[in-house]
Parts: sequence; C-alpha cells; structure tokens
Amino acid sequence: MNLLPLFQWCEASLVGETIRASLWLFPAVECVHLLGLVLLGGSVLIVDMRLLGLGLCGQGVRELAREAERFMVAGIVLMLASGIPLFLSEAVKCYYSQAFWVKIFTLVPAIVFALTVRRRVVMAGEGRIGASRQGLVALTSLGLWFTVAAAGRWIGFS
Amino acid sequence: MSLLPFCEWLASTPWSIALHESLYMYPLLESSHVLTLVLFAGTAMMFDLRLVGWAMRRVPASDVLARLLPWTQAGFVVMVATGMLLFYAIPVRSYQNIFFRAKIVLLLLAGLNVWIFHRGIYRRVHQWGADHMLPRAARLAGILSLLLWAGVIVSGRLIAYNWYDCDIQPQPAFINWAAECPAKTAP
Repeated sequence: MNLLPLFQWCEASLVGETIRASLWLFPAVECVHLLGLVLLGGSVLIVDMRLLGLGLCGQGVRELAREAERFMVAGIVLMLASGIPLFLSEAVKCYYSQAFWVKIFTLVPAIVFALTVRRRVVMAGEGRIGASRQGLVALTSLGLWFTVAAAGRWIGFS
Repeated sequence: MSLLPFCEWLASTPWSIALHESLYMYPLLESSHVLTLVLFAGTAMMFDLRLVGWAMRRVPASDVLARLLPWTQAGFVVMVATGMLLFYAIPVRSYQNIFFRAKIVLLLLAGLNVWIFHRGIYRRVHQWGADHMLPRAARLAGILSLLLWAGVIVSGRLIAYNWYDCDIQPQPAFINWAAECPAKTAP
C-alpha cells in the first residue's frame, strides 16, 4: 500500500499550509512540543524510577502513580496536540524520514503499554506485583519512551 | 567587555572545528542535551508542582526534594556539560545570538531563584506539615521556577533559528545592540 498520497494530502491540509506560511508558527509549536516532553517525561520518569526502587521511594507505587497520572495524560495530550500540526506541516519530509517511522512505530506501543500493562501494574495494590516484574515494566516503559523521544529529535536532523 | 575575541579564538581551535563539522557527534550531543532535559527539568518540575501544591500534597516537600534532588543535579551536570560542548562547536554564532543571550539571563535568574529559595524560606522546611499548604514564599518560588525554566527551554530551542543573526541585515538597532553585532563596514 502506498501511503505517499495520504502524506501529500496531509501536507496540503489547511493546518499544514498555515504553519508553513508562517515564519514563527513552526518554532512556537515546537516549543510547546518540547515543554510537553518535560511534562510527559517527568511524570513517566518519577513512576518508572519508583518501580526500579529509585527516587520517590517514600511513597507507595499506586499513590505516586495516581499523582502522576493526570500530568502524564496532560503531557500526552499536549504532545499530540502540538506534534500532529508539526507533522502536517512537513508530512512528505516525514514520509521519507527513517527516524519518523521509528518514532511512530514505537509511539503507538508506548501509549498502549502506558495505558494498559503499565497502568495495571502501578495501580495494583502493595505487594501484589513482584519487584522483578515491576522493574521489567519500568525498563520497557523507559525504553519505549526513550526511543520515541530520540527518534523524534532525529527527525530534525534528517 | 566583549567576549567576542575569546569566542573567535575558541572557534579556531581544532576540536571546535572537528565538532562543528562532525556528521554524528553534534547531533548526538544535541540529542543528549534534549533527552537529559527530561531528567533535569522533569524532576525539577515535579518538585515545583509539590511546592505550588498541585501534586503530592500529602508528601512532605522536604521528602520530595531529598529524593529527587540528586537526579535533578545529575541531569543538570550532563546538561551543562553537553551545553558547553554545543557552544564550543559554534562559539561566535551562539555568542551573538539573542536567544542564546536570553537563555543565559534566564538561566542566571533561575539559579538565583534556587539560591534564594534554599537560603531563605526552605530553612524553615521542618516547620511545614506534610499536608499543609506551603507558605506563600515557597509557592512563589515554585511558580517562578516553573516559568523561568520554561523560559530557558524555549529560548534554548529558538537558538537554532537565525532570524536575528548578525549576518542577516538589516536588523533593528536594538537587535544589533543586543546581539553585539559588529558595526558594518562601508561597502
């Protein structure tokens, strides 16, 4: 299946056109995307670190995860709300960028993993999940999000 | 006093040229700089949110700080190290970039905020109950920290844009002054 026409259509969209026509719109949205990274990354990191026995260990995992969840969801929403317009403005470039495809193919599992497996593990009661399984979930989460972020940054270099 | 001659000398050193012309080293440094941002600013933000009272209200602020600060500091060290190398790769252009200059000013203000917080209101941390709203000064420090670091991040990101670079003229007089652009010699 050839997706190029779809990407060309995305690039020709009103949002894409508007961003490309402006000198400062792309950088401005990019800054929002970067601040969203801090919000999302920070809220994911403190919980994953806790699962690994690092950082905020004075709190129960579930208690901390509940605190972090709204910031994580807000972070994901902010990232998508800024990332999609950035994509629309240069969809054809993304189509030919390896980094973009790496990012998309890890982004989807990262979000699904965060909202399913990881959520179930962090919301389980105290002592219900063994330390090694908690660690495995944390490392999977960190690995997925790290790849998304690193590949995302690399789109700009390609 | 202008640091421009120093930056010009930096730019002429072989390692600066090598870094500037490297195919992978510069992007790798920049990626490290951005990804460490999550460790540094992410953990700092969580503590600021605790100060302001938007997160982890039932946990004593001192406990959040004690457990997160080593990570924030580790992130900061890597950010400074990679940031200095990024500057070293492109010294003159960065030095004359108004976003870089804004970033340094905001960085100093953010550092001043940290210093005032730790030398001032934070000394009374043992008086703060676990689930009490923190004193106004502590909440203010949290808000200022969130805003200043966001400012550092945004101006840092904008360094990449050349709208106000000295070699793109004419620029408003204010820009040429703020970026310390050398006066144009008559053609």
